[in-house]
Amino acid sequence: MSTEISHHKTLSESIPRKPRIATTSLCGCFGCHMSLLDIDERILQLAEIVDFDRSPITDIKHCGPCDVGLIEGGVCNAENVHVLREFRANCKTLVALGACAINGGLPAARNTIDVGECLAEAYCTPAIAIENPGIPNDRELPLLLDKVRPVNEIVRIDYFLPGCPPSGDAIWQFVSALVTRRIPRLSYALIKYD
Amino acid sequence: MTNESVAKAPKSTAPSAPGEALQARETRLFSLDGKPVAFTSGQTILEAATAAGRYIPHLCAHPDFPPHSSCKLCVVKANGRYLSACSTRAREGLEVESNTPELNGRRRTLLQMIFVEGNHYCPGCEKSGFCDLQALAYQLEMQNPHFSHFWPDRTVDASHPDVFIDFNRCIFCELCVRASRDVDGKHIFALTGRGIKKHLCINSRTGKLGDTDFSAADRAANICPVGAILKKHVGFSTPIGKRTYDATPISVVSLASLEASK
Ligand code: SF4
Ligand code: SF4
Ligand code: FES
Repeated sequence: MSTEISHHKTLSESIPRKPRIATTSLCGCFGCHMSLLDIDERILQLAEIVDFDRSPITDIKHCGPCDVGLIEGGVCNAENVHVLREFRANCKTLVALGACAINGGLPAARNTIDVGECLAEAYCTPAIAIENPGIPNDRELPLLLDKVRPVNEIVRIDYFLPGCPPSGDAIWQFVSALVTRRIPRLSYALIKYD
Repeated sequence: MTNESVAKAPKSTAPSAPGEALQARETRLFSLDGKPVAFTSGQTILEAATAAGRYIPHLCAHPDFPPHSSCKLCVVKANGRYLSACSTRAREGLEVESNTPELNGRRRTLLQMIFVEGNHYCPGCEKSGFCDLQALAYQLEMQNPHFSHFWPDRTVDASHPDVFIDFNRCIFCELCVRASRDVDGKHIFALTGRGIKKHLCINSRTGKLGDTDFSAADRAANICPVGAILKKHVGFSTPIGKRTYDATPISVVSLASLEASK
């Protein structure tokens, strides 16, 4: 390697660094990630202008420093809390993606029921006729929280993209604005809570 | 605010032929966001604005009923004071601000408080796409409910054969109360309790809707602006994309439906 300092930038240096995106699904159904894939061939465009960090798409297990983090799903267990904090620590801009991240979504329908009763109903009710009834108790399993929380009740969130799931078009409008450093704003027909 | 309150909203104010000349002489104006709006005696700011084809956001107001003035979505600044447009009479020379970033921000905050006060899971709600609360939140670009959720423990009353009530979604607008009392003459609904304990109650021995003479044809069964009082057997019959507010904001739908009912 030459130690000489070049005064001419190489091509890759003169192109601004690609924004890095990380995504995760907490207490969600992966519907928002499906919708992300629903931007169809525009995903190729996206892949050209961004790099993906931790995401179910890359299978990278931990998040490095990123420009944008997309969080699908609310927070229902201890592991969700850790992952969310990892994202907040590493992502400059954190987006709550979809209804569950924003208000807990349908999983939060359990919030008016005691978590012990919920587990007993699901795992110990004879009528459901499961084998070896009993609440699963393995140290590998993350502990459930008493309530399903929206992500902004755990960490600071910069942007919210509603929808169950947000449509591919909404995600495209939003994310393409973010990675090109514009303030994202959805047009009327793309703001949906369902 | 009370001295400006209106006890009973006047009905449509179409002038009769002999009265027209008088009416024309008496044309009085206030300004709404800098543009003049004509009004007739007794009209509220909201009624006059609506008649002039100008939209002021509102949720608990309904043209067929006296104002309830509880949601405060219609808050405007009139000569510098915050007033409910649905229950404040128009006055000559009043300078009314409505469509400003400040007021729309306040309205958004009110919507966020309404959302966290109940349990609103739009993806599982038959009213989604037809709901005035949701439509106002779309119009005012509410991206999240912001406040901590109350997650109140409320129930569903499915005792009636044709209609069910999901109390999780009730916003206490009293439109069903007003309709059942003033139009149906049945007095089936009332609000009771205070603060977070406030709830809609039903006038029957058991407190169940099935034990009243409520009917799906009642005005009260067809007036809930949200998904609290819903018909059974018809949920989700309209495809997504074709629902009232899917492509058209409530500002447009609201003025068009009033125009159609004239
Ligand atoms: S009543 Fe309206 S805001 Fe509430 S869940 Fe139903 S659609 Fe959503
Ligand atoms: S049930 Fe509907 S109409 Fe009646 S008070 Fe509640 S929201 Fe209003
Ligand atoms: S519409 Fe005026 S207070 Fe509700």
